[in-house]
Amino acid sequence: MNHLSLIIKREYLTKVRNKSFVIMTFLSPFIFVGIFALVAYLSSLNSDTIRRISVLDNSGLFIEEFNSSPHSQYKILQNITLDEAKKQAEKEDINGLLYIPKTERLEDLSKGITFYSEDSPSLSMMGDINNLLESKANALKLREAGIDAETIKNLHINIDANQETFQGKETSKLGSGLKLAFGGAAGYLLFMFIIIYGNMIMRSVIEEKTSRIIEVIISSVKPRLLLLGKIFGTTLAGITQFLIWVVLIVVLMTVVTSVFGIDPAAGSPSQQIMENKVEGGAQQVLQDIMVEINNLPILNLILMFILFFVGGYLLYASLYAAVGAAVDSETDTQQFMMPILMPLILAVYVGFFTVIDNPHGTVSQVFSYIPFTSPVVMLMRIPFGVPLWQQLISVVLLFATFIGMVWFAAKIYRVGILMYGKKPTYKEIFKWLKY
Amino acid sequence: MEKLLVVNNVSKNYGSYNALNNVSITVEKGSIFGLLGPNGAGKTTLIRIINQITMPDSGTVILDGEPLQPRHIQYIGYLPEERGLYKTMKVGEQALYLAQLKGLSKQEAKERLKYWFDRLQIGDWWDKKIQELSKGMAQKIQFVVTVLHKPKLLIFDEPFSGFDPINANLIKDEILKLRDDGATVIFSTHRMESVEEMCDHIALIHKSNKILDGKLVEIKRQYRSNTFEIGLKTTNHAAISDVLRDKFEIFPATFKSIHDELQYRIKVPDSVATNDFVSYLTSLGQLTHFVEVIPSASDIFIETIKKN
Repeated sequence: MNHLSLIIKREYLTKVRNKSFVIMTFLSPFIFVGIFALVAYLSSLNSDTIRRISVLDNSGLFIEEFNSSPHSQYKILQNITLDEAKKQAEKEDINGLLYIPKTERLEDLSKGITFYSEDSPSLSMMGDINNLLESKANALKLREAGIDAETIKNLHINIDANQETFQGKETSKLGSGLKLAFGGAAGYLLFMFIIIYGNMIMRSVIEEKTSRIIEVIISSVKPRLLLLGKIFGTTLAGITQFLIWVVLIVVLMTVVTSVFGIDPAAGSPSQQIMENKVEGGAQQVLQDIMVEINNLPILNLILMFILFFVGGYLLYASLYAAVGAAVDSETDTQQFMMPILMPLILAVYVGFFTVIDNPHGTVSQVFSYIPFTSPVVMLMRIPFGVPLWQQLISVVLLFATFIGMVWFAAKIYRVGILMYGKKPTYKEIFKWLKY
Repeated sequence: MEKLLVVNNVSKNYGSYNALNNVSITVEKGSIFGLLGPNGAGKTTLIRIINQITMPDSGTVILDGEPLQPRHIQYIGYLPEERGLYKTMKVGEQALYLAQLKGLSKQEAKERLKYWFDRLQIGDWWDKKIQELSKGMAQKIQFVVTVLHKPKLLIFDEPFSGFDPINANLIKDEILKLRDDGATVIFSTHRMESVEEMCDHIALIHKSNKILDGKLVEIKRQYRSNTFEIGLKTTNHAAISDVLRDKFEIFPATFKSIHDELQYRIKVPDSVATNDFVSYLTSLGQLTHFVEVIPSASDIFIETIKKN
């Protein structure tokens, strides 16, 4: 055990002191936040631009509709022919010219309305213009038919069904959104963690092989102990890096958003949900969210998050270590990476498509038991409420497989670390298990 | 003599490949044991079994009277042929780490490292990274790490590869000194001159089998071919050469001499006593040179391998 802590300490310290590791740890959050700020800044630039449109309305039906706003300025042309208007528009610095012909029947309008511009206009601008014209035309049509717009409005009934479980617990769309967010974040986090730090373990094993120190080490400690030490040491380094990332990103985000006045939630689903609830007031929305969060099985979530995260990561980490032991250089790892990545990618797909669609369907259930996919899939299912016994079976299966996998990886490791110079085939690796 | 290591009928298969077949060796305490054999003969497999890196399929290994156990690791110092160090780690840290893995406390390891670093005059490397050192320099560190925990049994696999002659000599002297201080050394190499110089006992492994084993002197005695190098001053070289050629197997020989003489290497039948041969030669002329040709380790190596 003393040896194990020595190995873990060494792994951890060499990782953490490594220059590129340090640089990545402190640079990544800046890059991340920088890109975010850039995107936010650029899109705010976009919305700041003012649309200038000249309107020639020969029908006279829409003139009152074109009210200039901060984002769009309309210039109503009158007593001028289309050709003159076009020439004039060409000279001015405007987005385009909207031409509405004179017409007897509303139905004919759509044929005649034309938008002239130098380049093809943006989709969103055309959408806005079309909407504007359409709603006015519809209103006119309704009036023609003798129906008052107010009557229509009164006829409309909003439906938002209440959701409740059989136990009488209220559920809501807001809650589903939160669950989705939690499950998705957890699954995705694990996925990223495995890929980044699994590779790190693999490289560290390969390094010991290429530097030829491995034989000295395993004449002092058992390969299984070395394998475990490497996995734990690298994991700790990974957690350190992750925590620094989280803290730095949160701090930087706060700074950036407060300094530049960017709304980080702009356009995100939570904002849309909030907008739907605007009548209740912002205070109400916040309260709703708090209630929903309280409704989530918090303790269960946190506990299971830790268990599945650790179990899932260790399982894949030992596979990565085995691959590292089997090959001589990183370029040879390709053929062995596929079988590792396949179940992982499958898990993410199942998680993001099937679980979201139906958290308790057969597919979701099956994949939340299979150890290679269960960490991601089960983590995404749990917020929607999974019976404890199912969770326990899945956890036990996961850890049992991890132990089996360490045994398997240690076998490959034991033989592989002393094999130099030759890229092994699957058949050879299978033979190593019997040595 | 007391036995430190006894390997009994050890066999090891890798799949269908037989890496060691019923090999037994006995290493006496305080001796230097040369483990010889061509590439791929099974030497490294045997060494790895002694180091408990691989387990034998059958057979036993006894160290100092006890069957090999995990705790014996600290009694063995092993310098593998494929050796290296962590490139980005500092020399001192690395040496401390490896020493602690062998069971030394940090304090103890530091003191001993200081002693060895001073002894090999590498004290100022402590804070350097391995990648800043030359190959020979790194090898010195590896040597220190191997012997640091004062193991009873030292196993060196090609210890001199990568050293320049000066450092090779330095290491050789250190190995001899360790032996004099009571350590037992197993020593695997292709360099026959170092076998000649250092080994008390040798074993030759070829194609997974041990084909020769014994004290170097005894083996040499066994392999003597009753061949002598002679120098003979005669009145008629041509006539005497013909006489000799008729009686014995003769080969040309050249050695430094101040005389104008016949120089031959002569194989004498076992039935002829050396004294009789000498008096026969003196009857032909004046004997100026007479030396028994002792087979070199290299000759024995090549001859035995060819026979098998």
